[in-house]
Amino acid sequence: MTGPEPRPGREVYRDLLAGLMASDERLVCLDSDTGLFSSVDFGPGAARYVNVGIAEQNMMGVAAGLARAGRVPVVNTMATFAVTRALESIKVDIALTNLPVRIVATNGGLAAGHLGPTHHSLEDLAIMRTLPNMTVVVPADADQTLALFVAALDTPGPVYFRLGRGATPGLPAAAPAVRLGVAQVVRHTDRARVTIVACGPYPVLAALDAAAELAADGTTVTVLNMHTVKPLDVAALVAAAEFSDVVVTAEEHWATGGLGSAVAEALAELAPVRVVRVAAAERFFPMAGGQQWLLAQAGVDRDRIVAAARGVLSGEPAWSVAGRHRATR
Amino acid sequence: MMPMARAVGADADMAAAAQRVREHIVRMCGGPDGGHLGGSMSLVEILLTLYRRVLRVDPARPDALDRDILLLSKGHGGIGLYAVLAEQGFLPVARLAEYGRPGSSLMAHPTMAVPGVEMPSGALGHGLPLGVGFALAARLDGSDRRCFVVLGDGELQEGSVWEAAMAAAGLGLDGLTAVVDRNGLQITGETESVVGLEPLADRWRAFGWAVDEVDGHDTAALEGAFRRPRLGRPRVVIATTVKGKGLPSVENQARSHYVRFSERQQRRTLALLRAGGGRANR
Repeated sequence: MTGPEPRPGREVYRDLLAGLMASDERLVCLDSDTGLFSSVDFGPGAARYVNVGIAEQNMMGVAAGLARAGRVPVVNTMATFAVTRALESIKVDIALTNLPVRIVATNGGLAAGHLGPTHHSLEDLAIMRTLPNMTVVVPADADQTLALFVAALDTPGPVYFRLGRGATPGLPAAAPAVRLGVAQVVRHTDRARVTIVACGPYPVLAALDAAAELAADGTTVTVLNMHTVKPLDVAALVAAAEFSDVVVTAEEHWATGGLGSAVAEALAELAPVRVVRVAAAERFFPMAGGQQWLLAQAGVDRDRIVAAARGVLSGEPAWSVAGRHRATR
Repeated sequence: MMPMARAVGADADMAAAAQRVREHIVRMCGGPDGGHLGGSMSLVEILLTLYRRVLRVDPARPDALDRDILLLSKGHGGIGLYAVLAEQGFLPVARLAEYGRPGSSLMAHPTMAVPGVEMPSGALGHGLPLGVGFALAARLDGSDRRCFVVLGDGELQEGSVWEAAMAAAGLGLDGLTAVVDRNGLQITGETESVVGLEPLADRWRAFGWAVDEVDGHDTAALEGAFRRPRLGRPRVVIATTVKGKGLPSVENQARSHYVRFSERQQRRTLALLRAGGGRANR
């Protein structure tokens, strides 16, 4: 399945922000010396681009102060430095106050590739979605990065916006328009036996590829791109899962606490069904390699999704299905 | 600008307010779970000088866009802040009696639910980064409004304080003033025996800040430091204070950090405080 040319979401976002800054006086772009904006001319918005240096805790506090004074700050750093280094500042200064700070976190998941485990972020969704008031967004391609970021700017309260690093392929052009807080149904089959719920570029593409493979032998599949991890579109989830024999989740994140956990929590309460989480094995990945390759090493790819669905449909014991797809290599 | 011509101790009004604030603090330490006595007593003159003589704030218009900002970064001075806010009309003095009672928004550490509190505090090291944000916003707005951040001295061990100090100087934010409540003590003892902060003034200077060192219980000296002209860089006022100020039995003792008075202790302490009279303000 092929989509538009691969593009890096973070560069698409950067160019969008630069344009918005020129016309929207509320916006302040805070940078922690990421280098992402080196070539950008903010024009009339130049005074509202501020590089506060390599100090993420401080940057979160600065953003909160700006927001309390009426601005809409857009904070820029890597996912791991935002979430695990500056977490208390996010919790106290931004989540507790419910201020409209937009945290744009690049290098989400394994996107940092060969930069190594210090730069990987496989825990950020779990952490961010536990914080009250926080909206958590993971666009699946460059196009929806644009639409979701524009929507995120007008969302009340804080937003965590997870981006990648390099170019990732686009979703098929036929996908319906994306709306913040609403699951994007990227493949729909009435009363599908299998529902796949995914977020992030490679997991959503892997889900679509897995669906095509399952469909080839007659299995009906619905695929939801759950780009807004919080608040979770529970209605769409329940509607899709209601007639399914299995819900498979796929994400670029450790199994604990991420999208799969969110889906399992919701369905266990509202529409019990077998859920299998395809997620990164619970270990670090101290090896060179590109994002997609590392993700496969971690246990997230088309084949794992297909195997999880087939395992449940064929009556394989639950422990066997759940254990196999997360086996480390 | 020179300190305004007002003799130390001549402002009977200020002295009386300081006395009332200290009595409020002692009463709150008699609440169900006690309170942070020592570090609240030490910052009374700092907060009163700011609210009564320096800050452009109006309890009737707490969200006015041109207001000055006061952040109590040492959130454990919460009961001191509540007492001052009550004296200044941000909340009724009678409300102080609800401090620490179940369901009350008057907790040991302030939140924005308390009128006049700009941002929550309690976790240390957050105020100065926030202050950089407020000062930056004022500059972007072309406003002369100022931001004051009151820090504890033990709090200066938090790395985020120095991240913000570096950023504020780098950005030339002269609308930002840090005030260090230098009472010399933290929970386990003297700051200098824990990790040591000295030479404190030199450290701030090395970070590019203008530095004043004053007696933190001398309201005229504090006012003078707070009113100095803006010189293109942030300013810190290191205010030497006495932890537990006004209560000789606990002054300069780390054990005054957190106290729960029984009813009898509270009565005795209030009597001692009143007997000390205006002494607390000298």
